[in-house]
Amino acid sequence: METILSLQNVSKIYNSGNRVLKVLDDINFSIETGSTTAIVGPSGSGKTTLLGLCAGLDRSSSGIVQLNNIRLDTLNEDQLAEVRSRYIGFIFQNFQLMPTLTAIENVMVPLELRGEKNIRPRAMEQLDKVGLADRGHHYPSQLSGGEQQRISLARAFSSRPPLLFADEPTGNLDAENSENIVSLLFELNKEAGTTLIIVTHDLDLAARTQRIIKIKGGKIV
Amino acid sequence: MFKRIQLSWLIKMAVRDSRRSRARLLLFISSIILGIAVLVAIYSLSDNLEKNIDGQAAELLGADLQISANRTLATSGKALVDSLGDARSTEQRFASMVLFSKTGGTRLVQVRALEGGFPYYGELETSPATAGRAFMKAQQALVDQTLMLQYNARVGDSIRVGELSFAIAGILKKAPGQTGISMSVAPSVYIPLRYLDQTGLSQRGSRINFRYYFKFNNPREVATVVKQIESRLKEEDLDYDTIETQKEATGRSFKDLTKFLALVGFIALLLGCVGVASAIHVYIREKMDLIAILRCIGMKASQAFLIYLIQITGIGFVGALIGAAAGTIIQQFLPFVIKDFLPIELTTEISWPSVVQGIALGTIISILFALLPLASIRKISPLNALRVSYEPVRKKADPLRWIVYTLIILFILAFSFLQMKNILQASVFTAGILAAFLVLTGIAKLLMWTIRRFFPSSWSYLWRQGLANLYRPNNQTATLIVSIGLSTAFICTLFFIQGILINRVTISTSANQPNIVLFDIQQKQREGLIALAKQFNLPAKETVPIVNMRLEKVNGYSQAAALKDTAQQMQRSLFSREYRVTFRDSLTSSETVVKGSWTGTADPGAGLPGVSLEKSFADRNNIDIGDTMVFNVQGALMPVTVNSLRKVNWSGMQTNFLVLFPKGVLENAPQFHVLLTHVPSQQVSARFQQQVARQYPNISVIDLGLVLKVLDDLLSKIGSVIRFMAGFSIATGIVVLIASVLTSKYQRLQESVLLRTLGASRKQIFAITALEYMFLGTMAAATGIVLAMTASWALARYTFDTEFRPDLLPILYILLSVSLVTVLIGLINSRGILSRSPLETGRR
Repeated sequence: METILSLQNVSKIYNSGNRVLKVLDDINFSIETGSTTAIVGPSGSGKTTLLGLCAGLDRSSSGIVQLNNIRLDTLNEDQLAEVRSRYIGFIFQNFQLMPTLTAIENVMVPLELRGEKNIRPRAMEQLDKVGLADRGHHYPSQLSGGEQQRISLARAFSSRPPLLFADEPTGNLDAENSENIVSLLFELNKEAGTTLIIVTHDLDLAARTQRIIKIKGGKIV
Repeated sequence: MFKRIQLSWLIKMAVRDSRRSRARLLLFISSIILGIAVLVAIYSLSDNLEKNIDGQAAELLGADLQISANRTLATSGKALVDSLGDARSTEQRFASMVLFSKTGGTRLVQVRALEGGFPYYGELETSPATAGRAFMKAQQALVDQTLMLQYNARVGDSIRVGELSFAIAGILKKAPGQTGISMSVAPSVYIPLRYLDQTGLSQRGSRINFRYYFKFNNPREVATVVKQIESRLKEEDLDYDTIETQKEATGRSFKDLTKFLALVGFIALLLGCVGVASAIHVYIREKMDLIAILRCIGMKASQAFLIYLIQITGIGFVGALIGAAAGTIIQQFLPFVIKDFLPIELTTEISWPSVVQGIALGTIISILFALLPLASIRKISPLNALRVSYEPVRKKADPLRWIVYTLIILFILAFSFLQMKNILQASVFTAGILAAFLVLTGIAKLLMWTIRRFFPSSWSYLWRQGLANLYRPNNQTATLIVSIGLSTAFICTLFFIQGILINRVTISTSANQPNIVLFDIQQKQREGLIALAKQFNLPAKETVPIVNMRLEKVNGYSQAAALKDTAQQMQRSLFSREYRVTFRDSLTSSETVVKGSWTGTADPGAGLPGVSLEKSFADRNNIDIGDTMVFNVQGALMPVTVNSLRKVNWSGMQTNFLVLFPKGVLENAPQFHVLLTHVPSQQVSARFQQQVARQYPNISVIDLGLVLKVLDDLLSKIGSVIRFMAGFSIATGIVVLIASVLTSKYQRLQESVLLRTLGASRKQIFAITALEYMFLGTMAAATGIVLAMTASWALARYTFDTEFRPDLLPILYILLSVSLVTVLIGLINSRGILSRSPLETGRR
């Protein structure tokens, strides 16, 4: 199998005043294309920081992060943005829909950022897949938490990214909605053949992935 | 690898994102709307004034050509005047007392004795309308409407001018070139010239201004004629005005006025811009999450920046459009504000160049000031979407911020340069604005720091919380203090200056100071007048003799030679003015010799008589001790030498002179006298003036009460313009305040919910909110008052040369009013917060 993401000796250090905080320490792993992975660990273990580095949102203090054979540490901010646009989708704990855009517009944005044409039918199709085709013209504030996360899923899959990061996708949902969202996530992922990396402290959710990377105190354990 | 994102998508995104914020953005930008409105109104006024002056220039002068002189024409001058024009009118104008026969009221006025068909353009607007021409046919007068009202006179009553009574033929409403201000300061009474001799007011030595008005059948000849006679007019010491020169002079003075108004309006606009920058800063802070999400899903920082730049440009453009439309409407009211300054009828057409200028200015300035907060968008990390940030936010100096600051300064400089057309003045104005804003911000921050530092911790919780609210994150306290403070400073400075001026005149009325001046007293009237004053128990011992003379030469240089030799550095007015000179053997308490020595009595055997000059007059004209001057004392040449220079205190009610002669030189020259005395009350003053007017009709009286009244009138007219401008500044302050309250609404809501959850009652939250605005209003008003007092003190000390003793009560009143208005506006805009239930908000 091909490797889509690899980390070699990656560390992340923050300087806070006179204090040096090592959040990630010598992280090494690689992710195969089309696989599902969970990064688990207690609060403060560094899992979200790791997600930030993997997704090109942040830069490592040392080590190499390679995404689809592109070394992220050599790219500038604009090039990183292009990499995100081309290869990465996101699902956030707080849904992070743009409150000023309607549901369909939220789904269209990643496609628009890639400069693609005739995107409305594709966005509509995604909304249909998450069961919200009739709510396309609603604003996020007019939708329930579960509905907002479903729109978030539609947005993440709309541009068909090779790699999808989900940061605590059920963290803000009740049990019933959580189950629905997780099922939908795996269903859509399977259909699209996307590589999925979930950051979570929910071990049940992690158990549904093919691989679990445990992290504690900034190290893989 | 990727297709480029098109500008059209960025615009689409900007429009989409603005959907739910448009009303709020428009509110942020509304302070710019106000600023643009006032500037468009002023530009339109300027544009229309220029057009109106062009169109009405002939009516301003009333003739094609006007020649004026301060003395009777010599034979050659008369021959010149007689040779000009196809129709001619003569006017002699001078200050004199008039007496309203019915009421016995007396008043110093400008008598205008007229002969001929003047005005040839426009008319003397009178009531009844026919009186403007009819008064010339009989022993009749036209009396200024302010005088008619003041003395309760009616058409048909009689008015005494000198020794002759005239029937009032009509009320004079408007004469060519006359303004509301000039009517207040020097109201006119027109009489036919042929009766002037009989009034006894045109005696030798009287200060009469002679004017000759000409009408040309072919007005295009005027320029050629003037060119031909210009040198002769100079030789004869005659001034001239044509429609063209009048147009230029009037245009120039109104350009100065509109320039001043535009600069004040620009300050209000800048004030609004500071508010806009502050509001946009909070707006962008609120958008941080959204921008972070966009960055996560692949948007470049520059694209995010462009989206909001487009948004601000759009809203700035819309704001500028609304401002320009509002300005065009406001312009309709401007003629009422400046009507007293206008010698013409002002039309209020839409000025498209002004509208376009306003829209461009509004858009540019919105972008410029929004760039500061917008620059921070480039620094928003996509990590914000994940809520991960271990690193403290380091406020590194962003070079773009410095570029924006430089652009703003350059913009202010460019704008002021366009108004002033002088780079030095524009630089001083720009530096002044920056200094004012820095000082205001400095005072605001110092006040905030002081109150926080020394606030008594023993005060009740509500008071402490109200104060603490001013220091909440993203607060706009300093901006609000600056904007409300500047408005307060405008109003207070106006109020203080009015007080300083009135005070300065009023000081002169203290018990022993003279408060009434009688002038034009003939030599033979001196004894009788002193006796009359004594009858009224008025202190009057001596009169001051005054001799009118002109200057012929200085150190052998005549006017023509001095003007040619620029090294002499003499002012043109040195030779053209008429000198009123006195002679005495001692100095008064207001004079001190600072150079040379003063000799009180001339020694005929010791060469040329020595005169004393006022120091700054001598300095201005490069004249020093030992220099010689030749005066023309009504035909007789009088050579003198300068033996001393005096420093003169011009303030106070006393006679002061540029040139002082010793005794023993001018005693036999034609002269008139001035008497200064003190009247104890208005009643005695009125009776005394009536008696003087009856017995000595040629004697003019200046009553300090009248000066105070005129000054008050004048100040209230100027004040209306300043109040109008201050009004915009206040409105800007209010809009910035409303925007700030609404900007922090969600934060306030959360605070309020938290407090209510913890058990605070609605009443307590109301009290905390009211106290917050009370602190804000009081700090802002205090900042403005401190600034106004400093400025007024400096003006009093260095410009008006007087003490600054402000009244405490009005200051307190202003402080309370500003605080109260702030509390009211704050509470009205917070009412939604106060009425929200904790549960309802908690679910948000």
